[in-house]
Amino acid sequence: MANYTTIIGLEVHVQLLTNTKLFCSCPNRFNPDNPNVQTCPVCLGLPGALPVLNREAFKLSLKTAMALNLELARFTKWDRKQYYYPDLPKGYQTSQFDLPFSSKGYVEFDMPSGELKRVRLIRAHLEEDAGKNIHDESGRGADSQVDLNRAGTPLLEIVSEPDIRSAEEARLYLEEMRLLLLTIGVSDCNMQEGSLRCDANVNLHIHENGETIPTPIVEIKNLNSFRFLEAAIEYEVKRQLGQWEKERKRLGDVDAPKTTRGYDPDRGVTVLQRGKEGAADYRYFPCPDLVPVVVSEEELAAIRATLVEFPSARRRRYCDQLGLSAYDAQVIVNQGNEFAAYYDAVVAICGDGKLAANWTTQDVLRQTNDRRETLAQFPVTAEILGTLLSKVAKNELTIKAARDVFAALLAEADEEKPISKERIDAIVTEKGLATISDTGAIDAVINAVVARNEKAAADVRAGKQQALGPLVGQVMKELKGADAKVVRQMLIDKLSS
Amino acid sequence: MSTLMESTRELVQRLQSGETAVSLTQSCLNAITSRDAAIHAFVRPIADGALADAASVDGRRQAGETLSPIAGIPIALKDNICTQGVATTCSSRMLEDFIPPYDAHVVTRLREAGAIIIGKTNLDEFAMGSSTENSAIGPTRNPWNTAHAPGGSSGGSAAAVAAQFAPLALGSDTGGSIRQPASFCGVVGLKPTYGRVSRYGLVAYASSLDQIGPFARDVEGAALLFDVIAGHDERDSTSVNRPVPKCWDTVNQPLTGLRVGVAKEHFGAGLDTEVEAATRKAIEVYRSLGATIVDLSLPHSKYAIAVYYLIACSEASSNLARYDGVHYGHRAEKFSNMIDMYKASRAEGFGAEVKRRVMLGTYALSSGYYDAYYLKALKVRRLIRNDFDAAFEKVDVILSPTSPMPAFKVGEMSDDPLKMYLADIYTISANLAGLPGISVPAGMSSSGLPIGLQLLAAPFEEERLLRAARMFENATDWSRRSPELNH
Ligand SMILES: [Zn+2]
Repeated sequence: MANYTTIIGLEVHVQLLTNTKLFCSCPNRFNPDNPNVQTCPVCLGLPGALPVLNREAFKLSLKTAMALNLELARFTKWDRKQYYYPDLPKGYQTSQFDLPFSSKGYVEFDMPSGELKRVRLIRAHLEEDAGKNIHDESGRGADSQVDLNRAGTPLLEIVSEPDIRSAEEARLYLEEMRLLLLTIGVSDCNMQEGSLRCDANVNLHIHENGETIPTPIVEIKNLNSFRFLEAAIEYEVKRQLGQWEKERKRLGDVDAPKTTRGYDPDRGVTVLQRGKEGAADYRYFPCPDLVPVVVSEEELAAIRATLVEFPSARRRRYCDQLGLSAYDAQVIVNQGNEFAAYYDAVVAICGDGKLAANWTTQDVLRQTNDRRETLAQFPVTAEILGTLLSKVAKNELTIKAARDVFAALLAEADEEKPISKERIDAIVTEKGLATISDTGAIDAVINAVVARNEKAAADVRAGKQQALGPLVGQVMKELKGADAKVVRQMLIDKLSS
Repeated sequence: MSTLMESTRELVQRLQSGETAVSLTQSCLNAITSRDAAIHAFVRPIADGALADAASVDGRRQAGETLSPIAGIPIALKDNICTQGVATTCSSRMLEDFIPPYDAHVVTRLREAGAIIIGKTNLDEFAMGSSTENSAIGPTRNPWNTAHAPGGSSGGSAAAVAAQFAPLALGSDTGGSIRQPASFCGVVGLKPTYGRVSRYGLVAYASSLDQIGPFARDVEGAALLFDVIAGHDERDSTSVNRPVPKCWDTVNQPLTGLRVGVAKEHFGAGLDTEVEAATRKAIEVYRSLGATIVDLSLPHSKYAIAVYYLIACSEASSNLARYDGVHYGHRAEKFSNMIDMYKASRAEGFGAEVKRRVMLGTYALSSGYYDAYYLKALKVRRLIRNDFDAAFEKVDVILSPTSPMPAFKVGEMSDDPLKMYLADIYTISANLAGLPGISVPAGMSSSGLPIGLQLLAAPFEEERLLRAARMFENATDWSRRSPELNH
């Protein structure tokens, strides 16, 4: 089999979370059950209607570009991309051609190997989404219909360089992109509803006899889940490899144009769509109905002031300042902004990043999964957990006792009792879970246990460390709530003196 | 004698001193009924709506309300200006059944001011043409001589004012479509500065050139109507937010120290001798009024027609893409698939001149030709604007013929689109440069057809333009002439 490298570039389309559409004041809402209700003369493309830029959409675009490390243009304009399709009521899409509002950026994310991957971005531009054609799927051949609720929704197109080298990398890239967009709040990134979708440009570099031969590029259109993205690319790589071995067609061969394929998830294959690029001439030209946008330094500063910490910076902070492992930092941050904010709040109260990480990534995640609750619904708030863990950090509770309190709090919540951080102390008292820090009391129990277990005590004195465990166990059993480490040390001190 | 023989100011005074808007409107409607069959200025009159609106204005006036001077005056609208609930056809088969669900911004302004919308007037299909012959409902005739064309594309509006069907009308001017028919029909036509009047609701031909403007029997009427329609509209991104002067109040104040520019390029080959003589006479009129005459050059004006047809057709090819038979407008009855539906609907819906311009524009924007045609045209457009910027440092207005010839005969040019395009040679530059321009009656040809004089001014200098034009009008009697009306 040929030795090859997979070359992938992604075009990500993101619907922005504005109240209104890009060029009119119709609501921007997913509403497939009531077609054509969110329309007006502008987005219907009626004669004489004119577009007016929604400045909010432009601001969200600038914010996104900042998060994607893109360079921002101070002057940007609107162009018409012209083609005929029933879901495109004006016969052109208002988009950006040669002067996009941003270019040259990058996205970084961690590979499972621990290696940091950087994917460069060519550009991001703002455009209007098209409507939706609705075809008769019964096969009875009824007329197709058009729903223009979506027409004019602000859509950001983010184009990467072909820096991605595998289907997994493509998925990780898109996941990082989604996390970033969710964190800065510019899109709901609902892939099922189409607010985040992507096209993948895939080809292979065949390495043969010291030569690198690129194969023809295939664009896989409209991938709307991480799973489909990964599966479609995996399939496509295999298919292209087979094609190469059969036909040996190279990129640029006249009989090997760029082609467009779609992914059929039922069969797990990509399917050839229409011929592309070579035939299409979009006749881009500047839209005479819209004035160019000039971006001021003040505007940029105001947007910058609204930016929150980006996921990559957050992971770095967790590792560098809180001492988390790269893995833990990744788990917390990749859960999304809400989860990481919960974690941050727990750390702020308990002061122990690692302890908080263990609890949030294990106990909290497990419980929210089991209970099918969002963090907002989860009864143990960051304040309660932080307070609980601060007692552990101060050795007032053992880990085990804290778990008991945690379980008790959840049990109370299930009985619809109100829970709060004040309940922690009450539960500790009720269940006698407090760590016994009175060394006199521990000492008394140790003396009694040693007296009852002369044989074991002698073994320890003789250097048999394995005899220590049962003694610690007996002391712990009598004391409940003592810190095992403290008990262990006191026993060693006693028996070695 | 027709009730509309008086000046606009006399008409306003009549309405303010007892004549009802209903009786004025009714007399206009009667004139249309009895005489428009010969002229064909209207696509459709709006009799019931106009009379109801007039009655409402009369009611408000009788109740003692202070109304705009335009209140109660009937006005005709070019049929590419959207009127809510009333078909707006652009004289195209494509839109013969299109009823807009909204009013154009200018229509809203007119209604608020109490103007009476009396009907929709004929035009070259989608405003593409200079004769009002390219209309799906047939040509409009020149009221001075029905064998002749009224000019275009706002020929219906110009003819409606000349034939005294309405004292005022609105047209749109993309390359001269207000000024040229005004000159052919012996009325006043004003194209405002690009961005001065909202285009919201004007069916686009070439968005970067289109501008709505008034027709009237005299300069005062143009000032009155301009005041009502001018001003910022946030629904049109290209509409400019700056104060609008009250031209109705100032139009009769003569300008002192007026500097009138005369460009040698406006007196070149193809200029009719009678038109040239009338224009030279107009220069002398200004000299006698104390103006300084300044010789000028506008070296890039020779490229104006080429630049115009590249830019206008390119924009038109895009603006008219929406007429695809999918959502509204004409849809062919027979087609075999989607592409075929587009083709058949557009082939049936558009006339020859629209198809010609859509094809020209599509070609100019095509990959491989864009830089050589469209982009180059944009650069030359800039140079044309620079010529004017330099000129307006030396002069207040630039005087020229409006059209190189008086009205040609209906059918005379239909086989020669290039010759027809040359009829706009003096008007097109103002659109490319975004300037305000006005045409005022300035003479009669030996065959009894009106000759128009064009004045151009720097951007947003409409007030100065109107006052300069009014000086000429007051010093001559051309605006007070009317065609003979066959009752
Ligand atoms: Zn809308």
